[in-house]
Amino acid sequence: MTGVVVAGGGPAAHRLAAGLVRYGYGGAVTVAGAEPRPAYNRALLGSVLDGTLGADRLSLPALPAAVRQLTGVRVTAVDRVRRTVRTGDGHELPYDVLVLATGARPRVPRVPGLTTASGRLAEGVRTVRTAADCRPLPEGPVVVLGGGIRGVESAWALRRNGHEAALVHPADDLMERHLDAVGSTVVAQWLTDRGVTLHLGRRAGQYTRGKVVLDDGQVLAAGTVLLCTGTVAETALVRGSGLEVREGVIVDDRLRTGDPHIHAIGDCAEHAGTVGTTVLKAWEQAEALARILTGRGQPYEPGRPVLRPRTPGKDMVVLPPAGPGPTTGTGETVSLLDRARGRCARLVLRGGRIHEGAVIGSPCAVTAVSRLYTRNTPVPADLLALLTGADGEYAGDGALPEEAVVCHCNNVTSKALKDAWHCGAHDTAALARATRATTGCGSCASVVRELCTAFADDTTAQGARP
Amino acid sequence: MSAEGTGRQSSTHCPYCALQCSTVLSGERGAVAVRPSADFPVNRGGLCQKGWTAPAVLSAPDRLLTPLVRGADGELAPAGWDEALDLVAGRLREIRARHGADAVAVFGGGGLTNEKVYTLGKFARVALGTSQIDYNGRFCMSSAAAASTAAFGLDRGLPFPVTDLDEADVILLAGANPAETMPPLMRHLQGADLVVVDPRRTRTAERAALHLQPAPGTDLALALGLLHLAVTEGLVDQEYVDARTVGFDAVRERCLAWWPERAEEVTGVPAADLRAAVRMLGGARRAHILTGRGAEQHSKGSDTVAAFINLALALGLPGRAGSGFGTLTGQGNGQGGREMGQKADQLPGCRLLTDPADRAHVAAVWGVDAGTLPGPGRSAYELLDALGGAEGPRALLVFGANPVVPAPRAAHVTQRLEALDLPVVADFVPSETAALADVVLPVAQWAEEEGTVTSLEGRVLRRRAHLTPPPGVRTDLQVLHALAVRLGQSPGRFPVRPPEVFEELRRASAGGRADYSGISYARLDAGEALHWPCPAGSGGDAGHPGTPRLFLDRFAHPDGRARFAPVDHRPPAQEPDGTFPLYGTTGRVLAQYQSGAQTRRVPELVAAAPEAVVEIHPDTARRFGLADGRLAEIGSAHGTARARVRLTRTVRADTVFVPFHFPGAARANLFTGHALDPRSRMPEFKVSAVHVTPAGERP
Repeated sequence: MTGVVVAGGGPAAHRLAAGLVRYGYGGAVTVAGAEPRPAYNRALLGSVLDGTLGADRLSLPALPAAVRQLTGVRVTAVDRVRRTVRTGDGHELPYDVLVLATGARPRVPRVPGLTTASGRLAEGVRTVRTAADCRPLPEGPVVVLGGGIRGVESAWALRRNGHEAALVHPADDLMERHLDAVGSTVVAQWLTDRGVTLHLGRRAGQYTRGKVVLDDGQVLAAGTVLLCTGTVAETALVRGSGLEVREGVIVDDRLRTGDPHIHAIGDCAEHAGTVGTTVLKAWEQAEALARILTGRGQPYEPGRPVLRPRTPGKDMVVLPPAGPGPTTGTGETVSLLDRARGRCARLVLRGGRIHEGAVIGSPCAVTAVSRLYTRNTPVPADLLALLTGADGEYAGDGALPEEAVVCHCNNVTSKALKDAWHCGAHDTAALARATRATTGCGSCASVVRELCTAFADDTTAQGARP
Repeated sequence: MSAEGTGRQSSTHCPYCALQCSTVLSGERGAVAVRPSADFPVNRGGLCQKGWTAPAVLSAPDRLLTPLVRGADGELAPAGWDEALDLVAGRLREIRARHGADAVAVFGGGGLTNEKVYTLGKFARVALGTSQIDYNGRFCMSSAAAASTAAFGLDRGLPFPVTDLDEADVILLAGANPAETMPPLMRHLQGADLVVVDPRRTRTAERAALHLQPAPGTDLALALGLLHLAVTEGLVDQEYVDARTVGFDAVRERCLAWWPERAEEVTGVPAADLRAAVRMLGGARRAHILTGRGAEQHSKGSDTVAAFINLALALGLPGRAGSGFGTLTGQGNGQGGREMGQKADQLPGCRLLTDPADRAHVAAVWGVDAGTLPGPGRSAYELLDALGGAEGPRALLVFGANPVVPAPRAAHVTQRLEALDLPVVADFVPSETAALADVVLPVAQWAEEEGTVTSLEGRVLRRRAHLTPPPGVRTDLQVLHALAVRLGQSPGRFPVRPPEVFEELRRASAGGRADYSGISYARLDAGEALHWPCPAGSGGDAGHPGTPRLFLDRFAHPDGRARFAPVDHRPPAQEPDGTFPLYGTTGRVLAQYQSGAQTRRVPELVAAAPEAVVEIHPDTARRFGLADGRLAEIGSAHGTARARVRLTRTVRADTVFVPFHFPGAARANLFTGHALDPRSRMPEFKVSAVHVTPAGERP
């Protein structure tokens, strides 16, 4: 048995290799990653940008010794007949199972000056993708190209770190693939309030060292240009190999390509018409494949992932339309806008469950709605309470009803205290002796004191002597 | 001994929880009155309803006053002590001869005094020669014990006095609800801002500055999320980590995979609240992190506690004056109960059955050859599960426990007890487990005998006898003595007087991790506050002063450093699905205690909490057609319990809560499963996947 070869060394490959060992996979496991260092946690690049995490802190935990880990080794060709892969350093690796975990590469917009003649990124231009992108940003203003989730997160993070930040986005609305116009304006206001200069409906026309010229002629100072312009599944390895590739490498419910010996997971894989873009999705697939390859395999059933941009201090969640295929029936839409406080929400319900939507600016509602969506649970009756993050219950003022328990530690009701008062217990110490109220945790002492006064006042008002 | 008719007052401690409130008893049998002592720093004059009404148990109407033996007709009938003891000893000899020493098992309790626990363990390993002994504290403290021992080299619930909490700025309570489980403790939590982690908005959570309400079974992810934020927000005390700990790098790597939005997705706690909690802890001059059963009673309980210890270590809390990590012990002698030798793997003084030096020390005190001591035996649930099976014990002796109510998968445990050749129960009331026994031995209770207990702060306390036991009733020590003699032991080896046992216990614990050798009844009676370790032979004429605060200079590992533990989150054994769509969780209510064998016999407590309820959110009740006040069935893959619906918004909409104190069809543990923590062998009480359906109301 020659075992599993994983092409790619990112988080998906890491999780798969660890899972195969944990589930007792019988053969050898080899991970070949093109980057010069072992897997690191791409989801944390934002924390590097905002200065809360050192770039040297991104490593994922070391893989078990049983895994053969090759770094700086790119898989360059697959021979499906002989079941071997060739690597950039001239070696050949045989496999029983090949797993493509080649990830995605940043999409570089066609803007004059962003790339050099040789096709590399120009000086001062970088992406938010690879370990090399983790090195500290130089001082000076940053121009973020792209107003999708990554662009919004990056601009947000840069401000925490004190960078001057401008964001350029060709659409009129931020995150327009995920939010409606109302949601976009709320998020735009967040960024503006945080000191990010927004250039919406604008494109970068040209980059030269130190500045970006927009299509309307505006010139933005740019110590750094950060490309947040999307990613492309990295499928070059198998294009032309006969495997079906659309946006990503097509896989079935066993995360298998048309070749039963080749699987694909993570950002390079396309399952049920969807290419993943998040680390959590990649981990979910890696975990599923580890189970499948060790014979624990139920078919892979993708969860209903939410998109949860990381904008610490402000929270939002995007709920993509649930499930592919034809949509039946019309949904009921519930929406809420509190523009002044930077909050809004929109939910489309089908059959009493959340079909799609977004919640912006209300941390409790973000959490609660996400959970209802991911677990496909019916929504509660009080949707307004849900969307405002309230629990629908308000503590009333006014007198306690007589049967209300005042002292929980000793199960003493308001009535019992009143009765004791009328039997002569006219201060808190006497009430405690008579009823044991206040003798447990002591927290009801102030209520008992107030009741004591109220009993006295009532009695005086009724003309009786206390 | 007797105080009856003398007007004498007896200073002692409450029979219930680990807080061990100091009380004063007065009055004769049938009219014993209790009042809290104002001068004891732990309860400061406070007492909850259980404590106030504890004397009622002394004169419970169905108090056991004579041994009972199951006759040929299958009924339990009164018998003489000699008849009952001869029968038990004879059957034990037979079973041992036919099936080997491990065919006899012992099940103890965390409410027993140190003297009883010590004698019970010695009885099992010397008189019975069995490895098969464990106790109900396995269901209580084992996860915290495993994690604390691994991290600090020692397992003491609070490594500092309770009164240290008075001075704290911030206290995080993970899965602890002291406002209902040990109310007078709240007197020490008045000054601090509380961060309470609990799936329910309990009375403790109502008092919190911040309530984190995670889904059951996700506390570990929550702790990892908090540690992640401590790292990214620059709140790690690197100087402390470098000087006093090992293993942080691997732990940091793992927690970094738990960025707050991911922790939010798994736990259901808003990322913003996680940030707020970490800011509170990190900004406090004095902070404590305390865990309770809510975090511990899981198949990953010890890893969960380890994750909270990791957080405390990263923030530099343990072993620093005024700050710390601790765990709130549950049962009255939950601390001493796990130190004095009734745990499956331990000898007195927290010595290990697998350590040759530990075995030799204890064997010498016991006057036996170390080679004759058995090795470690089955843990509590595994022991109960094995009863009456092909490889399992044929006889079981139960002291201070009522396992058919609080053990997981209770219907199965009941069947296992029924399959025994010889079930024997020593108790003072006819508990649900006693009802299954072939022989029931009536024993004395808390105010009828003296002894010591060790409270949650590691302080050794004196319980004193206020009454003599009723005629016909013997003490546990007398029962063990009588059985040991009948099994061929020399009478002197099993003393019946608690002070004599304590003297031997001191020697057995000397040099052990929980060293009691410098503690004596005389010192305790003189009013000294002694926290173990308290070794003899140091401290001059006055004796060692005890150790109220551990770890100030060093942790109890050979290199003096605390250990970070690289733990990660994993899901519970059963997750909600289409068939069982809700989380079922279990716990306690204020007016009942443990299996309820005592508190269900106190009219005032029954009035306060008469029956099992299932707390359920109104939205969830509507979804499943449940009405307030009606009976419902809570079913899991393991079984079904019945309880009355109580609608409340204090519980998460995806969770129902059932207290576990009630018997018969109302046992919450009918639906809990048998998944165990791989290290502590703690069952997963706190999370089951359940459905809830209306039950047909019985007329």
